[in-house]
Amino acid sequence: MWEYAPAPESRDIANLKPNYRMFVDGKFVEGTGEPLKTINPATEEVLAEVSTASASDVDNAVKAARRAYDRVWSKMPGSERAKYIYRIARQIQERARELAVLESLDNGKPIKESRDVDVPTAAAHFFYHAGWADKLSYAGYGPDPKPLGVAGQVIPWNFPLLMAAWKIAPALACGNTVVLKPAETTPLTALVLADIIQQCDLPPGVVNIIPGAGDVGAALVEHGDVNKVAFTGSTEVGKIIQRQLAGSSKKLTLELGGKAANIVFDDAPLDQAVEGIVNGIFFNQGHVCCAGSRLLVQESVADELLEKLHVRVSTLRVGDPLDKNTDVGAINSREQLTKIKELTESGEAEGAQRWTSSCPLPDKGFFFAPTVFSNVSQAMRIAREEIFGPVLSVLTFRTPDEAVAKANNTPYGLSAGVWTEKGSRILWMAQRMRAGVVWSNTFNRFDPAAPFGGYQESGFGREGGRTGLEAYLDV
Amino acid sequence: MAAPTTLPSALADAVRDESSLRRFLHGLPGVDQVGVEQRAAGLGTRSIKKAAKLHAIDLAISMVDLTTLEGADTPGKVRSLAAKAKRPDPERPDVPQVAAVCVYPDMVKTAADELKGTGINVASVATAFPSGRSTMDIKLADTRFAVEQGASEVDMVIDRGAFLSGRYGQVFEEIVKVKEACGDAHLKVILETGELVTYDNVRRASWLALLAGGDFIKTSTGKVQPAATLPVTHVMLQAVRDWKTQTGELRGVKPAGGIRSTKDAIKYLVAVHEVAGPEWLDPHLFRFGASTLLNDLLMQRRTQLDGHYSGPDYVTVD
Amino acid sequence: MSDRVSVAKTYKLYIGGAFPRSESGRSYPVTDSKGGFLANAAQGSRKDARDAVSAARKAFPGWSGATAYNRGQVLYRVAEVLEGRREQFITEVAASEGVPLKKAQSLVDSAIDRWVWYAGWTDKIAAVLGSSNPVAGPYFSFSTPEPTGVVAVLAPQQSSLLGLVSVIAPVIASGNTCVVITSQERPLPAITLSEVLATSDVPGGVVNIITGRTAEIAPWLASHGDVNALDLTGAPESLRADLERSAAGTVKRVLRNKTGEDFTVTPDLSRIRAYLETKTVWHPMGV
Repeated sequence: MWEYAPAPESRDIANLKPNYRMFVDGKFVEGTGEPLKTINPATEEVLAEVSTASASDVDNAVKAARRAYDRVWSKMPGSERAKYIYRIARQIQERARELAVLESLDNGKPIKESRDVDVPTAAAHFFYHAGWADKLSYAGYGPDPKPLGVAGQVIPWNFPLLMAAWKIAPALACGNTVVLKPAETTPLTALVLADIIQQCDLPPGVVNIIPGAGDVGAALVEHGDVNKVAFTGSTEVGKIIQRQLAGSSKKLTLELGGKAANIVFDDAPLDQAVEGIVNGIFFNQGHVCCAGSRLLVQESVADELLEKLHVRVSTLRVGDPLDKNTDVGAINSREQLTKIKELTESGEAEGAQRWTSSCPLPDKGFFFAPTVFSNVSQAMRIAREEIFGPVLSVLTFRTPDEAVAKANNTPYGLSAGVWTEKGSRILWMAQRMRAGVVWSNTFNRFDPAAPFGGYQESGFGREGGRTGLEAYLDV
Repeated sequence: MAAPTTLPSALADAVRDESSLRRFLHGLPGVDQVGVEQRAAGLGTRSIKKAAKLHAIDLAISMVDLTTLEGADTPGKVRSLAAKAKRPDPERPDVPQVAAVCVYPDMVKTAADELKGTGINVASVATAFPSGRSTMDIKLADTRFAVEQGASEVDMVIDRGAFLSGRYGQVFEEIVKVKEACGDAHLKVILETGELVTYDNVRRASWLALLAGGDFIKTSTGKVQPAATLPVTHVMLQAVRDWKTQTGELRGVKPAGGIRSTKDAIKYLVAVHEVAGPEWLDPHLFRFGASTLLNDLLMQRRTQLDGHYSGPDYVTVD
Repeated sequence: MSDRVSVAKTYKLYIGGAFPRSESGRSYPVTDSKGGFLANAAQGSRKDARDAVSAARKAFPGWSGATAYNRGQVLYRVAEVLEGRREQFITEVAASEGVPLKKAQSLVDSAIDRWVWYAGWTDKIAAVLGSSNPVAGPYFSFSTPEPTGVVAVLAPQQSSLLGLVSVIAPVIASGNTCVVITSQERPLPAITLSEVLATSDVPGGVVNIITGRTAEIAPWLASHGDVNALDLTGAPESLRADLERSAAGTVKRVLRNKTGEDFTVTPDLSRIRAYLETKTVWHPMGV
């Protein structure tokens, strides 16, 4: 037997501090909310204490953003804004390793993902959007599109730094100022991003970062002087925000949940389909809104595919997120772990056949072994509800029409996957998928140049590309 | 067409005649280039350290087919290579022997004499290596000669021209006949993947060779660029894995050419481990066709054990 | 000499290509701007709205699947047929809105031209709003706008024809289907427009027109699970926030009206964009 020795990235690289403070008006300040303790989900140990915002802190942050907008940022030529945003991109690249280790500590995701996906893609988002800042008149929204003002942004815990980048970069490029609330369980990399922003000498107040729980987010989106609200998170909370903003003039974009179908036809490149399925549901422990959580496989190839899938999933290494060989890290919180367990139990109770990888799990921390349910039917909860964990539900179909009908049979509509070697079928399927992103013969690809966002209850508005600018322009 | 071993009915059907064979090979699932390259690159980021690395180095050494295939080869050169095969690092007797020494047919006897009783195999290229452009009689005579001279392993080349023009039956027959000519010697079938170009072709050629009775499928002659690559090896490992699923038999894979560093070799071993499975981590089922790789493995082995970097002057140049 | 007695028209709803009465059996009197009786209009109910949504959903696959060229021709055909009935619309608009004949002429002409403008957009939207995305990897990635689905449109209360056309045409140009609640007090041009739509190759169900009390019907559309977007243009001020809250129940796209939108000027693309989803497709490039 050949056992890989542990290959842990050093946690010292994260420059972890005992205390983190919120970032308002260009300064790190003590929040007056109840401080929170952020933990390492892989060990359950406290990583740091983080000050949170009270209602008055939210107000101060919005005021700072308003001042910065009125006095500096809205008046600055786009070419100058661009240079600030480029600086941020470069600094993220320079501090990439620190950010990656810190992200894995705070979030629980494997270091190979924070290192190879989250951090480089975050830098790419700033780099891409920086270029737009002085080219907005070419973006197709009229000769001189204007910013909206102050953007209030609330982001989730699954890609803490990357989501901050997705939100902040286009907002700044379009000339808005920002108040961003990172997720309660993952505030640290956003605050290092604040440090980067400070080092980049951005005018005070242009970006403000205020940690806290849901109440801080609610106060932010409700604030009377916020012009734009952008939210990424659950559909449940998205609906609450949409209701809160009803009747106001605030522009809203929502990037919410999903229950994506990953559809495999019998002529698919099977080995790559297996990789795509694994990537689709086990990437980031399945904490991905666009995760391919429903595998729809053509009956004629179902047994063969499932066998290959089990073999492949058995090779996934679950454990220490800082180990460079870890494929699946820790579930972000006890709460999320409980939810995953509850839903998987419902799958068994409803008669689905459960297969769980026999991989060893650490004694401490929040871990969940990769799980595949077969014999799943559309009516089961595990086929309808977003599990947001490393749990795949396998259903079968016989004809392309049936695949389309089953894939679209959900109120969500964020993403879909299609696997077939037949080009015309790819295009036929892509056209019929009610989903904002269709990955054909691939899955979970992201790029700042490619618009991302959902249909139906997966939200509205797009992030990325020319299309994504609309969310931050008064058009 | 005659199947060399007793095959399960689905596979026996595949080799019934030329058109069944074509249908079977073209019915294999396609290989998506981007997907397989991405998977290979992803697995390439595995970080193998400490004891795992030392184990991998020794394993890799034991899998080396130490090769010299030059027009300038002489008995002297082959003898020196055989000496290296027996004692790769003369100062460190605990270093394992390599798996085989691989030479041209006329050098087989020299190698066999040197390696007698060591357990190290003598492999010979044959069948009008490297191009394969000769008549069947000559290819078979080439094979028989190598075996008579003492080769226990034969590395044949397939007729890529025939394969690329779709004459799969011809390629199949050639392999079957060469296998017969090998007698007890193990047959490695060189696909020359650099000339097959696409992964779909690599997959088809792999299955063709397995169906025809090849004990090993081997990527390259080393005379064509690109030689072995990680994603090509992935596709071939998938083939032997799937072959085992369908037949219960274990067949081997040999990447050859272009693997020069320990780092590369370990990436291949990780692929063997995770794509085919741990049971392929065995010199009977996986080989490296290489010449310069061995010295890098030896240097890295010293580095691991001595705790400081080694240099080329501390390993032998042969 | 006896004056001929004219044949008065019964103004009905337009649902699924047919002209039914309201299932509720109700109607309400419509007057001109001076309070003179014009006609009885059907007073649509929530069940009429429900039927209209079903009709719109049923028409969606065909209409969104039609070629953009075909949709352009259909919209242009609407302009042609409208032009043919220009005089009738001038009379109705003048009566409904109480504007001088000359103003009514100009409003009707603009309404015809608006169809022509949107007809020309159908096969250009994807080129202007779509993209091929230069992603950093061996993939071909493209984004294409697709219709949102069934749109509930609360038509402007004042501009009975031009406003109506200005809110319907951008919805259907890109392949959406719609359920329209007309101006409550000025519904007659809308019903006459239905007759135009019915005779100009617009498939039944693509546009469904309901007359009646906006405040009564709109909440049912705002909360309807099979409606994908809501245009609040003609919503009563007091109801807007409620409707929007209701729409949040299924994360509908909501177009908040811009108060005092001037329908006489050539629009921009914002009304087209409001009912489009961007779909991004990725495919590897390899051999």
